[in-house]
Amino acid sequence: MTLTSGRAPVTGKRVQLMATCLCDAFHDDVAAATVEVLEHLGCEVAFPEGQTCCGQPAFNGGDWDSSRRVVRHTVRTFSGDDPVVVPSGSCAAMLFHGAALEFEHEPDLGAVQGLGRRTWELGDYIVNGLGVRSWPGRLDAAIALHRSCHTRGTGSSEAVALLLASIDGVRLVEIGEAEQCCGFGGTFSVGFPHISAAMGDLKLDHVRAVRPDLLVSGDTGCLMHLSGLAAREGIKLRTMHFAQVLRDALRKRG
Amino acid sequence: MRTQPIDQVAAGLPAETKTAVYEGSKIGHEKRTKLLFDHYGDPNRLRTLAGEIKQHVVENLDTYLPAVEARLVANGAKVHWAATAEAACEAVYSILKARGAKKLVKAKTMVSEEIELADYLEKRGIEALETDLGEFIVQLDHDHPSHIIKPIIHKNRRQIAELFEKSGLGAYDDEPGMITQRARQFLRHKYLEADAGLTGANFVVAESGRLVIVTNEGNSRFCLAATRCHIALVGIEKILPRDRDLALFLNLLARSGTAQQLTVYNEFILGPRAAGQPDGPDEMHVIFVDNGRTDVLASDCREILRCIRCGACLNTCPVYRKIGGHSFPWVYSGPIGAILTPQFMGVQHEPALPFASSLCGACGEVCPVKIDIPKILLELRSDVKKADAREHKNRLEKLGFRAFAWMMTHPRIFEMAGRIGRSMGWPSGNKGPMGAWLSERDLPPLPAHSFRDLWRRR
Repeated sequence: MTLTSGRAPVTGKRVQLMATCLCDAFHDDVAAATVEVLEHLGCEVAFPEGQTCCGQPAFNGGDWDSSRRVVRHTVRTFSGDDPVVVPSGSCAAMLFHGAALEFEHEPDLGAVQGLGRRTWELGDYIVNGLGVRSWPGRLDAAIALHRSCHTRGTGSSEAVALLLASIDGVRLVEIGEAEQCCGFGGTFSVGFPHISAAMGDLKLDHVRAVRPDLLVSGDTGCLMHLSGLAAREGIKLRTMHFAQVLRDALRKRG
Repeated sequence: MRTQPIDQVAAGLPAETKTAVYEGSKIGHEKRTKLLFDHYGDPNRLRTLAGEIKQHVVENLDTYLPAVEARLVANGAKVHWAATAEAACEAVYSILKARGAKKLVKAKTMVSEEIELADYLEKRGIEALETDLGEFIVQLDHDHPSHIIKPIIHKNRRQIAELFEKSGLGAYDDEPGMITQRARQFLRHKYLEADAGLTGANFVVAESGRLVIVTNEGNSRFCLAATRCHIALVGIEKILPRDRDLALFLNLLARSGTAQQLTVYNEFILGPRAAGQPDGPDEMHVIFVDNGRTDVLASDCREILRCIRCGACLNTCPVYRKIGGHSFPWVYSGPIGAILTPQFMGVQHEPALPFASSLCGACGEVCPVKIDIPKILLELRSDVKKADAREHKNRLEKLGFRAFAWMMTHPRIFEMAGRIGRSMGWPSGNKGPMGAWLSERDLPPLPAHSFRDLWRRR
């Protein structure tokens, strides 16, 4: 039983893409890859243009009034019944759990929970929502998969590992202490930069020990932190969101 | 957002302290996980059950506490109630004073750390000697425990051997067996000289009045066997309903805390020495300590009172592993300390504490009584910010979050800000959040477009 089970089954193939503020503004290719991946699966992708952010920064920062304003905007933006698919375990978890917590005593809790129930992290949607078990195409790479913390207790990490391992040419390599956080943690990374970096260095040590060609995750926040640390320390590290891996594999179909 | 004091303390930790804490906590976590999953098909069911039992106790403390008192009295123990730390210290002192006692041997108890008992007694001319090896080393070094169950996780054997040499316990020898042997030789006759023995209790069973104490060194047993007076300091939340519940809790506690199937010594104490019994203390006192616990009971976070002080959340916590217990402001450290401290001392006592977490959720996955620590951390963050707002503190940060909310509810502003940001490049500087980011990391190259630009061009 996972935290995300028990939601309405996916019937149609229309989805609303929540690109996330980070991908929209700074990692356009991750969102573009997400669209290609979903369209490959036959999904009809809509991009509600009013979308901005899920509200998590203010929620984690303790300013729940500000966060709730953003969540309400998000609920209005992603109206209707179509599933909302998001290429981030963190933003998805905000909509499953975080928003429900900060709306516990609010009159519109029902609407917020309603959005949570039809929000899917991308990997979870592909595998557990659509029932896809393998991925076509080819990519020759040893891949280390960083399981981001906000996918704990959900089906996401297993789903992504399943898809990646099924790609011809991909070899998944396990990194040590995989359950340990990379140290990003949103505002934590700037409130506690030393501890955050120490945690990141441990993750990088484990990644380098298995010498992958690519470090892959479902959260661009973790990747931005880890690649930023690696760059500062002069360590060569290629990072990709798994949506980009799936997209690149598709492009090398025989 | 400023860099927080805890971060600065952590940055200054000596390398060997960091290594000792990291290795000690990592191995504790890994052995625990293996043991739980090797022995039980689904350990999470046990955690759920244990959490429900403790929650039941917490919800019904008003009936359990008088019931426990009645059982203990019927068993021949004297029961004392201490509302505050000071009242608890006074209760211990008055028992000792009435007996003319000058020397006390102590087993490990976190409550005694919490109420700072040893200091209190020493100021009144009573020697309170720690007999748990780790606590003994802490006391010898005038140090503080840095972990709930491994008080000297921050020390390595070289440091201990040096301490023993300095304290006259023998020439330098860092072989663990020798360290233990020397502590044992020193402590053995201290038990015989002592006038009273003090312990905690891991559990007190309501139906029988049975006190349960677990140790790996047998020192609490010596404290009781060698003295005529047993004093037990117990938090009011330590109750279990039935003796049979011990089967679940002793299995979970040993595996979660020290990664053992069962702790080596499990003592079940049903009262002082009865007529006809050959030995044991003639007097038994149980001091129930509140010291803020009823405030927690009255709060939204009363599930904190389920805690059985196993330390599993410390061992798994990536922040604890990097900074150790001394970076935290109180005797309880790690994730459980981060939620206990604000509850016991008020959220404004150390407002950064609930924020000193990446909210990774590891603690919630290991807690044997399923306390939702990450959720409570988030609620405490909200409480801190509400208190800030009332006291007009951190107004700049509040303004920042309001600006964030305004931008994120105005998509065109968000889009424009992104466009301006991408054309101007990342800001530099060594102040504020950007400075904190750049103190450790580079930033990724900025893309030419936003995703929505790409989307519109499709």
